[in-house]
Amino acid sequence: MKTKGRISGITSNLVTVKVDGPVGQNEICNIKVDGLEIMSEVIKVTGENVYIQVFDSTRGMRVGDEVEFEGHMLEATLGPGILSRNYDGLQNDLEKMDSLFIERGSRTEPLDYNSEWEFTPLAKAGDNVIAGDWLGEVMEGSMPHKIMVPFSFGDEYMVDNVVDAGKYKVTDTIAVLTDSKGEKHNVSMIQKWPVKIPITAYKNKPRPNRIMETGVRPIDTFNPLAEGGTGFIPGPFGAGKTVLQHAISKQAEADIIIMIACGERANEVVEIFAEFPHLEDPRTGRKLMERTTIICNTSNMPVASREASVYTGMAIGEYYRAMGLKVLILADSTSRWAQALREMANRLEEFPGQDAFPMDLSATISSFYARAGLVSLNNGKTGSVTFLGTVSPAGGNLKEPVTESTQKATRCFYALSQQRADSKRYPAIDPIDSYSKYLDYDEIIECLDETVEKDWVKRVQKGKTIVKRGKEAAEQINILGDDGVPIEYHDRFWKSELIDFVFLQQDAFDSIDGNTPMERQKYMFNYLLDICEKEYDYAGFEDCSSFYKNLINIFRQMNYSEFKSEKFESYKVQIDKAVAEKVVND
Amino acid sequence: METKAFQKIYTKIDNITKATVTLKAKGVGNDELATVGGKLAQVVKLNGDTVTLQVFSGTENIATNSEVVFHGAPPTLKVSDDLAGRFFNAYGQPLYGGAELTGEEREIGGPTVNPFRRKQPSELIATGIAGIDLNNTIVTGQKIPFFADPDQPYNQVMAMVALRAKADKIILGGMGLTNDDFLFFKNVFENAGALDRIVSFVNTTENPPVERLLVPDLTLTAAEYFAVDKGEKVLVLLTDMTLYADALAIVSNRMDQIPSKDSMPGSLYSDLARIYEKAVQLPNGGSITLIAVTTLNGGDITHAIPDNTGYITEGQLFLRNDSETGKVIVDPFRSLSRLKQLVIGKKTREDHPQVMNAAVRLYADAANARTKLENGFDLTDYDERTLAFAKDYSEKLLAIDVNIDITRMLDTAWELFARYFTKAEVAIKDEFTQKYWPENR
Repeated sequence: MKTKGRISGITSNLVTVKVDGPVGQNEICNIKVDGLEIMSEVIKVTGENVYIQVFDSTRGMRVGDEVEFEGHMLEATLGPGILSRNYDGLQNDLEKMDSLFIERGSRTEPLDYNSEWEFTPLAKAGDNVIAGDWLGEVMEGSMPHKIMVPFSFGDEYMVDNVVDAGKYKVTDTIAVLTDSKGEKHNVSMIQKWPVKIPITAYKNKPRPNRIMETGVRPIDTFNPLAEGGTGFIPGPFGAGKTVLQHAISKQAEADIIIMIACGERANEVVEIFAEFPHLEDPRTGRKLMERTTIICNTSNMPVASREASVYTGMAIGEYYRAMGLKVLILADSTSRWAQALREMANRLEEFPGQDAFPMDLSATISSFYARAGLVSLNNGKTGSVTFLGTVSPAGGNLKEPVTESTQKATRCFYALSQQRADSKRYPAIDPIDSYSKYLDYDEIIECLDETVEKDWVKRVQKGKTIVKRGKEAAEQINILGDDGVPIEYHDRFWKSELIDFVFLQQDAFDSIDGNTPMERQKYMFNYLLDICEKEYDYAGFEDCSSFYKNLINIFRQMNYSEFKSEKFESYKVQIDKAVAEKVVND
Repeated sequence: METKAFQKIYTKIDNITKATVTLKAKGVGNDELATVGGKLAQVVKLNGDTVTLQVFSGTENIATNSEVVFHGAPPTLKVSDDLAGRFFNAYGQPLYGGAELTGEEREIGGPTVNPFRRKQPSELIATGIAGIDLNNTIVTGQKIPFFADPDQPYNQVMAMVALRAKADKIILGGMGLTNDDFLFFKNVFENAGALDRIVSFVNTTENPPVERLLVPDLTLTAAEYFAVDKGEKVLVLLTDMTLYADALAIVSNRMDQIPSKDSMPGSLYSDLARIYEKAVQLPNGGSITLIAVTTLNGGDITHAIPDNTGYITEGQLFLRNDSETGKVIVDPFRSLSRLKQLVIGKKTREDHPQVMNAAVRLYADAANARTKLENGFDLTDYDERTLAFAKDYSEKLLAIDVNIDITRMLDTAWELFARYFTKAEVAIKDEFTQKYWPENR
């Protein structure tokens, strides 16, 4: 028997309901209005008054309208066919909505219940299994999609039977399991899971031990993101957060990409819709869309489902992680999620924290980021969720609650600087302020020793020092004037400019320069370091600057050329010659 | 908005604030319209039998026994071709007489376009202004504001852009427009013979501020009619969005909501996004392009209104008075059009992106040189050349009174490059330099 209630008050999308039975925190309910059912979520209970946030417009709702409670929290539907779909924050398939406008109360199925999948069993009768164990698999595009013991199964089970290889629908029973009391349970290819609860069907969560390549030089070389790690990109508007995230989504070395467009511009999502079906994954040669799921709750869509969208994305990511896959989740922007929390807290008339954000903002953010990570599954395989969020600090000021809370919860910090963006130095990742704590991990240092070259991290630190000293020299030159400082200051400044222009800046819109594989990064970085470690003989500071300007120009042409192509090598000859003419031989 | 016979009349108001009234009533829908003492009002809060109404024109002269009549529906606009060529107030009633509107009655502030049904904007809007066309190209379906100080000629520039843009319809939403500026728009459109393409919804400074809240929704409902139903290219002008946000703050304050940054309501981002996101490129070829004005206080873009706007819109345009040339220019450093990547070098000549970036970079070098000069340092030969370039660039390209097409802008930029710099200093891809460097042609 479902609990029922009637509306007793409305303030924007916060509705108060008087109920006749038990309700749970975060329980889903439906408001009946004009023949529609409008989905909502319980966010507070005081006596018989239940406060619900409505995932849609409350226009025309009246005091006395009927509400029915569903007895469960907001759930994601998990099963084959999630990849390449475009969902809203509540996992409605946007493609299945026919009309131009999203009509109120429209709901569509997240999966296709009629299509058949070629199933291969992985478990056999008599096997002992627990939640998350693999029973079989189907091919979802090029991805082996494991059919698992549902995460909600808390007991130990014995496999009674698994169906033979063949074609099945997602709702068909593919296995029967017997629990410790001898009761039998049917398992199909789909399961439901409450999005706000982490999926923990794994053995343990080791520290990240390898990096995730993104093809973006200032990230991979200077401040690498670990597989299973967390990072965030704060930046004022116009600093290039979205362009950077799109580049990573196209190039990252992940099996599955989940893009959460959380309270951002619709045209940015349209760009993904338009581009991804045509772009190829450089690693597999298949269409990028096949490994991508988009969760799209743009800024004009209801604010409560904006909050849900990040959880829906995370639950889907954890689901694929349990299959032993590398998942990368990109969320743009987590500030909009925090603002959604603020709007609701405000309507609930909660006592506000800093900048009117809810008091528990920091805890909410950190427990969300904690869901990412590398995991060892029960069968010894590993899977990972890497999470990279953007933050849109109010007024571009990093001293605000969302940025500060996120900084505590994440390990990589890619600060986008307004100053760099203004001078069109893209990506505007600040080389001094940004950091990756993974560069201090022994596991990562060892991994880079093996995969890139011995003592790679030491070389990276050397590069960082050159950039840092150059920026310091620039300040001195600005204060004392070109003539007022020794020539070494100019040398120091221009060496850092060389690394900045050639390595840290990257043309995201160029197909070659925009995506640099690690091998090429290593080559270019070593080449630049070699040049920077040499001493040169300058006639004066103008000679110094024109020497490096010339180098930068040739290097940039080199960046636009295919790696080790004839053109590439010819630019290298030009650079070597210019260097040889100027270098001090000892 | 006349009273209908069967409607119940309430005559006991419990509370009155400057912008809201509260009374006991039954069967009232959220967002529904009502008339309070002859003034239009809208339901903003329901709590049991207690209904809170926001009175658009202010609560002056409303008494506790004033008549309250509920209309049973949210605000609507009657849409048809009758809209074209006319001026309306913030309630959609015709100014300067003329017949009441006829046509289909539509709720304003309707649902959002399914992002999956949108098309990617790809048609550029030429304005003849290099600060826009060359550096910050605008595309149909884009939303972009002018960030301007009150003393800058933003309304004049916006009118110029609107008339050159070759839109099928121009819909002006004026919020807190001074009467002088309103008459300016009216005259400019009349003189250009464009009046039949114009629809205006205007709240001037002479009207109560809370009325402004209706203007964007009316404007965009009309825009959706022409774009969605008629497949037309619609250009929407909203001026001034800062005054709109101020009106939001007034209402939220009267409702005792906790203010967030700069005394603005916590929902400011969502409130503004709901308006700006109506900009769209439709599958039927119709489009809504939205150009707005956000006035700043002393150029401060960290204030909550421009800050939230910047995160919503697809770029922003800054006007600046260039002291070197004495002309108004579109600031190449702080302005940005996010959608330009969709057209530059694709719908325009291939060298457009690189020329644009090189010119801005050299202009930035000139700014550095000027700082050096001001600090009393000697200038290098390169510094001198960048300063000379900057003057020409500002005068021949950036000044808003220059009106040339994009190919001409690119050629002009190459001429200036060749006059002042070496190829290495300009540092553009070899293939373009070979093709477009003036001595080679």
